[in-house]
Amino acid sequence: MALIFGSLGNAFGGIESELQEKPVIGVINEDNGSFSNAAFSILAVNANVVFSSTNVTDKQKGLEKLFQEKGVALIVIPKNFTQSIVNGKPGNIEIYWIMRGAGIMDSISSSVVSSILSSINSNISQELIRNSTSINATTVLHPTLRNETTYFKSKELVGMSPERITSILSSQSTFIPIVMMMIIITAGGMVISSMALEKENKTLETLLTLPVKRTSIVAGKIVASALVGLILAAIYMIGLSFYMQSFQVSGETNLAAYGLTLTPQDFLLIGISLFVTLIAALSLCMLLGIFARNYKSAQTLTFPITMLALIPMFIIMFKDFDTLPFVLKVLVFAIPFSHPMMAPRALLFGEYPLVVAGIVYVSLFALITIIVAVRIFRTDRLITGAARKKLFFGRR
Amino acid sequence: MKEAIKVRELVKRYDSIEAVKKISFTVNEGEIFGLIGPNGAGKTTTLRILSTLLTITSGAVEVMGYDVGREPDEVRKIISYLPEDAGAYKNLTGKGYLQFIANFFNPRENKSMVEKGVAIAALGDRINDRIDTYSKGMKRRLLVGRALMTNPKVAILDEPTSGLDVSNAQEIRRIIREITKQGTTVLLSSHNMLEVEFLCDRIALINEGVIVEEGTPEELMKKHSAENIEEVFMRVVE
Repeated sequence: MALIFGSLGNAFGGIESELQEKPVIGVINEDNGSFSNAAFSILAVNANVVFSSTNVTDKQKGLEKLFQEKGVALIVIPKNFTQSIVNGKPGNIEIYWIMRGAGIMDSISSSVVSSILSSINSNISQELIRNSTSINATTVLHPTLRNETTYFKSKELVGMSPERITSILSSQSTFIPIVMMMIIITAGGMVISSMALEKENKTLETLLTLPVKRTSIVAGKIVASALVGLILAAIYMIGLSFYMQSFQVSGETNLAAYGLTLTPQDFLLIGISLFVTLIAALSLCMLLGIFARNYKSAQTLTFPITMLALIPMFIIMFKDFDTLPFVLKVLVFAIPFSHPMMAPRALLFGEYPLVVAGIVYVSLFALITIIVAVRIFRTDRLITGAARKKLFFGRR
Repeated sequence: MKEAIKVRELVKRYDSIEAVKKISFTVNEGEIFGLIGPNGAGKTTTLRILSTLLTITSGAVEVMGYDVGREPDEVRKIISYLPEDAGAYKNLTGKGYLQFIANFFNPRENKSMVEKGVAIAALGDRINDRIDTYSKGMKRRLLVGRALMTNPKVAILDEPTSGLDVSNAQEIRRIIREITKQGTTVLLSSHNMLEVEFLCDRIALINEGVIVEEGTPEELMKKHSAENIEEVFMRVVE
């Protein structure tokens, strides 16, 4: 646990120092007017301009350069920018955002650029006031107008800013872990407690001498608890579909318009991911249950499982899986509970390999955990309370 | 006579502690064999090994020809084990518990098994009450009923009359005698020397993990010029 928190601190500390650097941007200034030149100066001072041009036909070149340089945005100031403001109409600024992750920390660079653009707006506004212009007050207060397009995971999201996308996706990423935790605490708690109660009520010895295979005992306890978990999962799936539909009808944030909808196949994959994770969680709980002396100690044993669900929840909330440092990527992938949390977002953006790899990994994890639990069931551990060398070689 | 249980040079070690030290004994089919000894002598460990609950450090143990180490699933089909400190699922009724256990066995015999269990437990109408309302003695009777209703080939009973009053204990002894007539072999452990003398065809005295005497109660009493097994036990242990 200490190692996990150490890695987290290290990663987030690194992100903080990264954020203190100027955001990397590109600027195409076609206008060459007083206001656009002033805007360019502000951008040049506050950001690291790695691409500069005066011709909008260079847009693609600029975007390629920014993709290479891990840039945040390409800002295009069109030809009539200054004239438009002078004529009393807001000047358009086209912003092409390059979004790499949907975590809270992933969108900080774009927030910095966004605040630079706000300061350009204020500067022009102050200039207009200083010059005692006769143009209308609305334009004086808001002399610039942003036309935003965001490129994120091979999607072009016209009219969406990274902050908006992050906000929508974050609201989902907090919802799913809560459901996950509910399932783990209820179904997982049942498995651990059932083992603890067998010991406390002294029914375990009788159970272990009945004509039933150890595998059947382990599977029986897991399946019984999984049924409870599945009912919760079904409620979760219905809730999630309504939740997603609510985004599809909400005008400005109509994700369906951008092709960001979950198909029935996607829901099936989420369901499978959730199911195998549930089995993995219950298998882990079964392993822990073996160590529970009584019902009371069983209650405390759910804590490490809950923590395992909390860690990926926080990591994914702050950083997108794609933008995580390698160590954290491995850590998040290794924790089985991460996968159903990441699945909906990944499926929205068509990242099927990540979801399928997660399902395969978690299934293997569950299988290995069940095998280990059965092996322990075949040793003296349950009766004597001590692990024996025959854990993997003995047979009972 | 055919051997139901064969124990050869059995050793059980818990880390540095050797609980059972190369013990050997056999129990014939239909026999009641008693393991007697002081606390910590290795009785329960031996019974747990025979019941497939514990692994063997060395030696060989067979139940009805099945090796407990290599064929535990086969052994579990033909034995019934009653632990000394056993419990039952408190939220079930007595009858519900017997039904639950019977479900692990042949479904065709399920009903007759439960009926037999109910008869052995002899709890009257209380068999339909929840187990958490039972006294210690009632619970023990239910557990004896559970252990013997399955018609096991070998019944392994650890202190079967522990916690029972005189009349209940007597009734359980009568039932144990009865089931051996139906072909069940009984291996039991007890602290109660009088019970062992009355019940067992043969006994083995175990002390500090070693069998120090073995034979019929009469043989042992004669050998040690003792009036009862308690005296034999005291002489052997001292």
